[in-house]
Amino acid sequence: MDTSTLLAVTAALTALAYVIGRGRSLSQAANVGGIRNLNSLPFYYGMLTALWCGLPALALLILWVIFDEPIIHALVIDSLPEQMRQLSGSELGLLINSVENIAAGNSAAMGVDPHLQAASERLISLREASRQALVVVVLCGGLLFGIFGWARVRPQLKARVQVETTFKLALLLCSCIAIVTTLGIVLSVLFESLRFFQTVSFFDFIFGLDWSPQMAIRADQVGSSGAFGAVPLFVGTLLISAIAMLVAVPTGLMAAIYLSEYAGRRLRAVVKPLLEVLAGIPTVVYGFFAALTVAPMIRDNGAVLGLDVSSESALAAGLVMGVMIIPFVSSLSDDVINAVPQSLRDGSFGLGATRSETIRQVVIPAALPGIVGGVLLAVSRAIGETMIVVMAAGLAANLTANPLESVTTVTVQIVTLLVGDQEFDSPKTLSAFALGLMLFVVTLTLNYIALHVVRKYREQYE
Amino acid sequence: MNKNTQRTIDLVNRNLAKRYRAEKRFRFYGLLSISFGLLCLVLLFTDIIGKGHSAFLQTYVALDVHFDADVLGIDNIDDETQLTVANYDGVIRKALLERFSDVRSRRDKRQLYALVSNGAGFDLQDVFRERPEQWLGKTETLWLLADDDVDTYVKSRTASGEAFTGRLSENQQRWVEALIADERIEKRFNTIFFTSGDSREPELAGIRGAIMGSLFTLMVTLVLSFPIGVAAAVYLEEYAPKNKWTDLIEVNINNLAAVPSIIFGLLGLAIFINFFEMPRSIPLVGGIVLTLMTLPTIIISSRASIKAVPPSIREAALGIGASKMQMILHHVLPLAMPGMLTGAIIGMAQALGETAPLLMIGMVAFIVDIPGGATDPATVLPVQIFLWSDSPERAFVERTSAAIMVLLAFLIVMNTLAVWLRKRLERRW
Repeated sequence: MDTSTLLAVTAALTALAYVIGRGRSLSQAANVGGIRNLNSLPFYYGMLTALWCGLPALALLILWVIFDEPIIHALVIDSLPEQMRQLSGSELGLLINSVENIAAGNSAAMGVDPHLQAASERLISLREASRQALVVVVLCGGLLFGIFGWARVRPQLKARVQVETTFKLALLLCSCIAIVTTLGIVLSVLFESLRFFQTVSFFDFIFGLDWSPQMAIRADQVGSSGAFGAVPLFVGTLLISAIAMLVAVPTGLMAAIYLSEYAGRRLRAVVKPLLEVLAGIPTVVYGFFAALTVAPMIRDNGAVLGLDVSSESALAAGLVMGVMIIPFVSSLSDDVINAVPQSLRDGSFGLGATRSETIRQVVIPAALPGIVGGVLLAVSRAIGETMIVVMAAGLAANLTANPLESVTTVTVQIVTLLVGDQEFDSPKTLSAFALGLMLFVVTLTLNYIALHVVRKYREQYE
Repeated sequence: MNKNTQRTIDLVNRNLAKRYRAEKRFRFYGLLSISFGLLCLVLLFTDIIGKGHSAFLQTYVALDVHFDADVLGIDNIDDETQLTVANYDGVIRKALLERFSDVRSRRDKRQLYALVSNGAGFDLQDVFRERPEQWLGKTETLWLLADDDVDTYVKSRTASGEAFTGRLSENQQRWVEALIADERIEKRFNTIFFTSGDSREPELAGIRGAIMGSLFTLMVTLVLSFPIGVAAAVYLEEYAPKNKWTDLIEVNINNLAAVPSIIFGLLGLAIFINFFEMPRSIPLVGGIVLTLMTLPTIIISSRASIKAVPPSIREAALGIGASKMQMILHHVLPLAMPGMLTGAIIGMAQALGETAPLLMIGMVAFIVDIPGGATDPATVLPVQIFLWSDSPERAFVERTSAAIMVLLAFLIVMNTLAVWLRKRLERRW
């Protein structure tokens, strides 16, 4: 019986528990003079019995699945001859892998170490035993606890209170997933980064000017010493983000101003959703557009002007990223501009100011904190944006401020370092987590400042 | 006094023209910005559609195929293995040589054979095996799949005879032109694109595998994120006491909503792949990672729609003796459901377009088989687009654009559905 069938059987068992639990409460109600003499509705007695049956079975299943493999591996290792058990952790891991391969029938049957062959047979038999034991344990557990729950059904039992407390706990658990996720991100990124900083010093990483993460496989190999100075990546990220902001902030802001201050309702109803479409387009589409249309266009135009433009120029990636962020800036600015009270505008008009003067000297200053907050959020998005730069920006870590040259960014390096198979103990792989940590810290700080600024502003007019 | 007022009005009048010009300029800048945004949108769509529309057609070549038993190597048509291993490519080559009988040298022959796709042999096998006894030894005119270079050439051919030649040699161009003159080249609807998985050969590559992968990934995401998101929203709106812990949860949700998606990929790689040793490239892990990513969106929109249910309804339910849980399950949730569904659809649309975190957990592998479940290795539509966009063949450019069109179509449908749902079911209190 495989796991999904087992789950289905457990679900059926739970449903059965509901039915008999409810039935027992009904039959007991008949003895004491009707349902109204029960503490709760029959539904809750059924639910309580079902919970008693289903939850322990599920818990057993989960525990079994988690501890199943490590225990089997330990048993298999125990059965190996003495000299094999003396191996270090990673070699033992390799050994287990080859045993797994033999068991899965991937290795040629000829020329296999007889000890390993025996171990693989043991592995297979243990797995089979474990699978059968799992079925027995889960179903018996569910049955036993279900019977216990069923026996508890009495007219005085506060079934509803108990069921509702369980549900409330489940709700609380679900809401804690956000915290667990944040914790998971911090721990995973932090631990791998700490391992990285054991080999490369933190200051070399932050202030180093040379980035070439290729590590030498042999000690005497030339030209792959592995340099982990991340400054070129930071500069590249900032360059592309700055270009994006130069496109997105003026355009987004002016679009928001026009839509909220000048445009009629009909124009607004048409244009606003159309601009929002830009925000809904997947980034991989923008990346394709940047790499195959915008970058060649810029290169050709540059050639006409006599400029030497790289085909992976920062300009192309930045421009397209800017277009992607326009609706982000415009909708955030739109909100804060609309939040400025009409009385301020009326006052300004009353003093004889034109519309644009009112906007520039009254509305924008009043909305400034909100706009700044929005721009900061946009910057954090530009820094964390991945697909556009992966597809349109380069891989070479040039330390340059020239937008026509090719630069690389933090996210591009994370992707190139981690895509494909990798080992988790080389500094090359771990450096990606250090970059991830930087990215996480920077975007978190920007978001925090932005939310703080926006919140502070909102209090003024509400 | 009178003199002073005169002077002020003069001052105003003198500057008025300038101020009106500034006003006009300002307004123009606004219009310009909006036009720029819309122009980019139009440019993007025309570029993608212009590049991708041709991928929905595929070039086929008509050849007089002679099913020679000797060439095929079949002496007994009831023998299944013989039918499987028969030399179908040989028959196609023979047909090509017969059509262009002047080809002699080995180099030319190899070029000639390259006009037809590598996959044509398999197609031929399929049609032949339906009626081997009728066709063995006969000659049939059959439409065979053309190679991607021929496909690109035929599609880019203009009326004046100019075309993108790419890797086609002069000889090959001459042969293709001869076939066109004979009306032996035809463009048909490209069913392969929708029915097959990935391939190294552009003419054999399809998006079915990626679509199924996306489907399984989204299913996992929906099954996990919707109940969890709704439960979290219910807790935070209806139960949570105002204390430090609740504040911590709220701050975390808001922050997670703004964390770059690639960070979630790092989380998935470090925790699920490295720590829990789950297999790479499977929709299950992808779905879990996307769940964590979309949860904040779903929680925030669910909370908004729970908040929109008026307190009077809660009070009425409590007043006639419902418990708090009954009030929520029987009254608040059904009334808030349309808003929650809208939020869930928007969250799913976001998850469907997401690429970066899935690259981290290995969903970039080259997978030919169409996945049959959430634990089969798979790739998803945006990742397929990313993979194809890296391929040098020109024929992949149009397929990438076509895949983008399919992805955008899905997104448009989902978002329209969300808007429709909101309009249709939303209640104003």
